[in-house]
Amino acid sequence: MKSIEQLLAENPFFEGLDDETLTTIAGCAQNVHLREGETLFQADDLADQCFVLRTGRVALEIVDSGGHGMIVDTVQAGDLVGLAWLVPPYRWDLDARAVEPVNAVAFDAMCLRTKCDKDPRVGYLLMQRVAGTMHDRIRSARVRLLDVYGVPGGS
Amino acid sequence: MRDNTVEAPQTHTLLLEPSDGVALTFAPGQFTMLGRPGHAEIPISVSGAADHPELLEHTVRAVGDASAALIDARPGDVVLVRGPYGRGWEIADAEGGDVLIVAGGIGLAPLRPAILEVLAHRERYGRVTLVYGSRTPDQLIFQEELERWRGRFDVDVAVTVDSATPGWRGHVGLVTSLLPRDVDADSTMAFVCGPEIMMRLTADALVDAELPPGQVRVSMERNMKCGIGLCGHCQLRELFICVDGPVFGYQRVRSLLLGRGL
Repeated sequence: MKSIEQLLAENPFFEGLDDETLTTIAGCAQNVHLREGETLFQADDLADQCFVLRTGRVALEIVDSGGHGMIVDTVQAGDLVGLAWLVPPYRWDLDARAVEPVNAVAFDAMCLRTKCDKDPRVGYLLMQRVAGTMHDRIRSARVRLLDVYGVPGGS
Repeated sequence: MRDNTVEAPQTHTLLLEPSDGVALTFAPGQFTMLGRPGHAEIPISVSGAADHPELLEHTVRAVGDASAALIDARPGDVVLVRGPYGRGWEIADAEGGDVLIVAGGIGLAPLRPAILEVLAHRERYGRVTLVYGSRTPDQLIFQEELERWRGRFDVDVAVTVDSATPGWRGHVGLVTSLLPRDVDADSTMAFVCGPEIMMRLTADALVDAELPPGQVRVSMERNMKCGIGLCGHCQLRELFICVDGPVFGYQRVRSLLLGRGL
């Protein structure tokens, strides 16, 4: 059975991190398995965890007050699920649900924030990776906002 | 017209047989000028198999009067066809190497003849990957065929949509997020068709992954009228899309796709 450090080292999200840093953040991590349909978190809940997927796919959904949902993104192996754990008030603004069986590493958010505060080097290395995820999601949202596959005017 | 199949809302595939019995031979990626009598002609890429030119397929999305008239055609109706025109994908250039096909929206239609060509001669190519993006699940075209291709052991098929309702088990996000992470830059040829911003993002991501721009081909869409390089309607700086294209190596059109007001 692989250690958490090994699982982290194998995951593309943590590519390039040194052993010391991996050991530091592994102290906040645990290996988790989610069944298809299982919820990782729901909007308005306390953002006390984040997940890095090893296998499977997670849908990020926004549900309106009428209960109608829309999947706005999916996250796959090697990607981070959850950003709100980093910024106050630490509350989720969408739902995350496994659309197929998922293996993931779950992190205790407070533990991770505390370690980042204590060791800015670790914090910076981690934030570089989180910022990469944020950048990708913002760019993806902006391009999709253009509705490039929508019906253009024409003949 | 022999048949009219609904692919997605406002998007139909028209199956045409020549009234004079003479097959219209074409190369994958070429287009024809199509029109119903009494309506304008519009350029539409052929979407069927090049080795069955006796039945010509075009997949049309209704975005105006001429295209709406085409998708309203019924079996037995006359559709006027002129062509084929332009330079196609020249897919044989990829023989011996890997093939990556990236389509967005109705851009899968011009690529379908290339896909069928590759699958008909599967042994001539290495790894074959199709990445397809659409607005929503119900806008995906060639759905049955996509499922068949996905079921093959010798083709990797990845589909994504911009958004979906719960129940969709597939991917949601940009096509670029599904591009293979291990593209073999030495042997891969990529064929990309869709909205220009999607083609640019895709081609740039592939170039970032070390694929030479000359190994990425894109299909440009412009307001072709004559189809033979005379009228200038489709002129883009020094290029006439109808005769120099519509398929171009990315190195030739990259600066044009980056430009403003194109």
